[in-house]
Parts: sequence; C-alpha cells; structure tokens
Amino acid sequence: MTTYILRRLAIGVGVLLLASVLVFTLVAESGNPLGPLLANPLTPQSTIRLKILALHLNDPLWQRYWIWFSHVIRGDFGVSNNGLGVGHQLQIHMFVTLRMVILSTVLSIFLAISVGLISALRNGTVVDRGVSVVNFVFLSVPVFVVGLVLKTFVAVPIDQHFNRVVLATAGEQNPLATGNFFQRLPDYASHTILPTLTLVLATYASWAIYQRSTLLDVMNSDYVRLARAKGISPRRVLLRHILRNALIPVTTVIALDFAGILGGAVITETVYGWNGLGRFFLDGVNNLDVNVTLAYLMLTAVIVILFNLMADIAYGFLDPRIRYGKR
Amino acid sequence: MSEPGVSEFTAMSVSEDDSAAEGMALESRGQWANVLHRFLHNGQAMTGLVTFLLLLVVSLIYTMLHPTAYSALSLDVNAAPSKAHIFGTNSIGIDMLAQILKGVLADVQVAILVAAMAVMIGTLIGAMAGYYGGKVDNLLMRFVDLILVIPVLVVLVLLAHIVAQKANNWLWLAIIIGSLSWTYVARLVRAEFLSLRERDFVEASRALGASDWRIISRHMIPNAVGPIIVNATITIAGAIVLESTLSYLGLGIQPPSVSLGLLIEQGQNSATTEYWLFVYPAAFLLLLIVSVFFVGDGLRSALDPRQNRVRS
Repeated sequence: MTTYILRRLAIGVGVLLLASVLVFTLVAESGNPLGPLLANPLTPQSTIRLKILALHLNDPLWQRYWIWFSHVIRGDFGVSNNGLGVGHQLQIHMFVTLRMVILSTVLSIFLAISVGLISALRNGTVVDRGVSVVNFVFLSVPVFVVGLVLKTFVAVPIDQHFNRVVLATAGEQNPLATGNFFQRLPDYASHTILPTLTLVLATYASWAIYQRSTLLDVMNSDYVRLARAKGISPRRVLLRHILRNALIPVTTVIALDFAGILGGAVITETVYGWNGLGRFFLDGVNNLDVNVTLAYLMLTAVIVILFNLMADIAYGFLDPRIRYGKR
Repeated sequence: MSEPGVSEFTAMSVSEDDSAAEGMALESRGQWANVLHRFLHNGQAMTGLVTFLLLLVVSLIYTMLHPTAYSALSLDVNAAPSKAHIFGTNSIGIDMLAQILKGVLADVQVAILVAAMAVMIGTLIGAMAGYYGGKVDNLLMRFVDLILVIPVLVVLVLLAHIVAQKANNWLWLAIIIGSLSWTYVARLVRAEFLSLRERDFVEASRALGASDWRIISRHMIPNAVGPIIVNATITIAGAIVLESTLSYLGLGIQPPSVSLGLLIEQGQNSATTEYWLFVYPAAFLLLLIVSVFFVGDGLRSALDPRQNRVRS
C-alpha cells in the first residue's frame, strides 16, 4: 500500500513539474507584461529598465524558469508584478475562496446523495421523472447563469420585500463591519449564502444522477433481492445492504470532480465580486504575471492530485474486494 | 395455435392457408434499426432533437435573410420587447433577436468543431492505448492525467487570453477547447478496446494476417461507435457551456461578433431594469444546452437499454 502511495505521489510530482513548465512557457511567451507601462508616454526610461531587470524579462526562457523554480523549492513564490508577495496574497485569497468551496462541497454531497436516493426509491414515478428533469437542467446550466439568475430573481425580490439587504450580492464581507467573528457572522452569512447556493446547484446534478444509477444497480442486484426474499424489512435492507454498497462509487466521483469545483469557484467569484483565488488568478492572467499564474496553478494542481490520491486510497479502504483482493 | 415465440417461419409457411397466423409474425430488425426505433420513441429525446433542430434552422434562415442585422445600430435604444423588436433592443439599438440567433449559430459552430476534434483525437489515442496496451497505454494515460490534473477552465483562461486578439477568433477558440475535451472520449474508447481486444473476431482477423491498423479501423472502431456517439453529443453540450463561460469572462468570442455568453455578460447589470437584455439570451442558452443533453441521454438509452430497467 505504501509503495502504491509513494509511486502515485512521485508520478504526481512529475506531472506537476511538467505542467509548470508548460504553463510558464505559455504565460511568459504570450506577451509583454509591461504593455500598459510602455503605452504610457510619460513613463521614464529608468522605471522601464528597472522593471525589466526586476522581472528578468531579458533573460532566456529557461533561465527565468530556473529562477522561479529555485525559489519555489525554498517556499518563496516570488513577487507579483505590482510588488506584493505572492505567497502572502495567496494565503489571504485562499481563506476567502476555501470557505465557499468547502461549504458548497459538503452541501452538494448531502444534496446529491439525498436526491439520488429519493429518485431511486421512487423509481418510475412522477417524482423520479420530475427530479431527473430538474437534475438535467442544473447539469446543463453554466455556473454563471445560475449565479446571475439567483442574483436577479432571488436576491433582489427578497431584499426589496424586506426593505434591507438580506442577501448581499457583491463582495465576500462588508469591509466596514466591526466586532469579533461571532458578531460579524450574520454579515458573513448574508454574503456567503448566494455564492454557496450557486456552486451547490451547479455541482450536485452529475453526482445525483450517478448516485441514482448506482443505487438502481444495487437495488436490482441479487444479494439485495435475496435479502428481501429472506424477509428482511425494507428499511433494514436499505441501511445495511443497499447504502453500504451504493455510497462507495460516488465518493470517488466526488473526489475526482474537485478540479471542476475549483473552476466553478472562479466563475462564481467573478459573478459575485469576491476577492478570492479566482479573481487573483484572472488578474494575474490579464497582467501576464508569471509568478501569480504559476502559484495559482501549483496550488490547484496540488489540491487535485491530493484529492485523486485520497479517492484511490478511500476506494481501496471502502471496497473490501479491493482490500482483500490479493489473497 | 401459433405461440408468440415461433415467429415468421410458421407465419411464412402457413400464411397461404392460415391468415390468422399472419398477425403473429415477428420481424427482426437490424441492430441500428432497433437503436433508431428506441430513440424515436423516447419522448424526452425527441423533444430535445426537435428543439435543437428548430433553433438551428431558424437561426440559419434568419441570418441568411438578414446577415448584418446583428450589428445594425438603430435609434431604438433600450426598447422593451414590441412588435418591431420581438426581444427588444440593447443599449446601442441593435435588435436582440438578431443578436441572439447569431449567437446561437456561433455557439453551435464552435461546439460542433470541438466535438469533431475531440472525437477524432480521442478515438485515435484511446484506440492506440486500448489496442496496444502495456507501455504505450501507460504513456498515453499519463499524458491524459497531465491534462486532467489542471482544471479545464484554468488552462482555457490562459490559452483564450492568447487567442482573444486573433482574427477568426471562434476557430481558435474551438481549437483550444477541442484540444482539452478529448480526454473523456479517449478513456471511453480505451475501455471499449480493452474488452474488444479479447473477442474472437479480433483474434480471427489477426490469424488471417490483417494488419493492426486494419483491425482497429475496420473491426474494432465500428463496434465502439455507440458510446462514441453518445460522448460526442455530450461533448457538444459541454463545449457550448465552456465557450459561453469564456465569453462571459471576456476571453471568448469578442465584440463585434456575438455569442450568447457575451450577450449575458452585457446584460447582467441591467437584469432588473431591462430584463430582456438578460433573460432572453439566458433562456436561449439554456434551451440549447438542455436540448443537446436530452438528445445525448436519449442516444445513451437507445444504445444501452439495460439501464432503463424499472425496479420490480
């Protein structure tokens, strides 16, 4: 088992390095980050020269990559184009984004499993058909459409009804709010509800559909039929036989989908104006900032690789056939 | 007299004397005729297909009749929906209906190109990985992992930034989306090939001296075509979503061209005051994607009816 994990980690590191080289080349070669500075006729030559030196723009590509790489190994993510430390910025933005992402993932899991269970148990009825159609709609809607629809048709009417801001739609917190964490909690909540709801609605659908089909397969399987034939009550069959087997495949799907959730978070942050990792990355791309882009990329790649590894290990633990497979 | 299972032989042999047996005759259809029959009788799938074709035909006809309507400025600024402009006009007086239909066309154009690319590349790579196995398989799958590790949107944002300023921007957009969408098809084809490889007809072909390429292209791919078609349809829907997301972020199709994502981005801030700038593009985008998804799901059910079993 440990050799398996180590081998996967080694491959993961290799993939990470390769990805970093590709992205570095892409960002570094796609234009001149000093564009806005050069376009301004009043910029003194000394500023431009200093900037070029600071960003190593005259060095060959491989040398620039090596500078970045040797710093990252030591934990220094460098400085963004506007002079602020990237590592520090990453931490601040990560805290903002993660609270939305973690909350929505947890809620999505609950929603998807419940919805999948309901439609599988009521298979063939109107409830099942209706829920399936709703799942399909949410599966196909782009994230930003969900966000905008919630902003326009849920937040605005509710706020107008109560005549005050109940569901905030811009930013992740009120910058003027005072007090300790618990006093600011209602403010956090009002800013976080809609983005979390957006992300949940955008991600639950594929898991719900998968969970439903897994449940149907398990419910039609021989060992469940035997259990029912033996006279075991439906509830006991559900809890002890069906759920134990049907909940396993969907956990791996969830873990593997995490990359998609991070992508969805970028869009949700754009829609709701959050100062999170998404905005950090988009600004970095627009400014052709190599350090920012690569730092974001490394972060997401590490998270995705870790989650894939966890999914494999979890599946090995949860499915006894794999655990005892070698005997 | 004639049992239901006895079929056409009985009917054929006694039909001249016994006309009562004619009604019991069973006909056998080919495999693809069966698939078509199941698809055509799937209400959800047919609704999706009809909607999609309707959208496509209406857009094509309208843009052929009024090729410049989507950028024709007028003095009717921010007009609500009326007889003259069914979906209203935007802030510089352009008719929304023309923009929406042109946007639908642009999205479908990009999506079909993406699906074609994804199917071609994915089938090729999946076939090689599945057929040859071993080291080739390992290498190719590591390559697929490399692509899957980074969120698709992140890479797309990077690449789209580069192509945003080029002419024929939609073509480049289709290329970059297509170059990232082939992984699912590749995995699917690889799985199919891994199982098909063990079948007798492959072994027979090899014994008869057929070359690898002939076996792959003439025998194995036609047997894997079902799931490929389903995946291609779903790739079309996914491509529309990706392209509209990129356009919403400002990195996709650039003005003065239109795309539904771009229209939504332009209309998002006036959604409460001038609802037609946001609601109609969003509704059309939704309709487009959902109809393609319904078709894809219908194809999946038609090709693999086992999954439709109702719990007894």
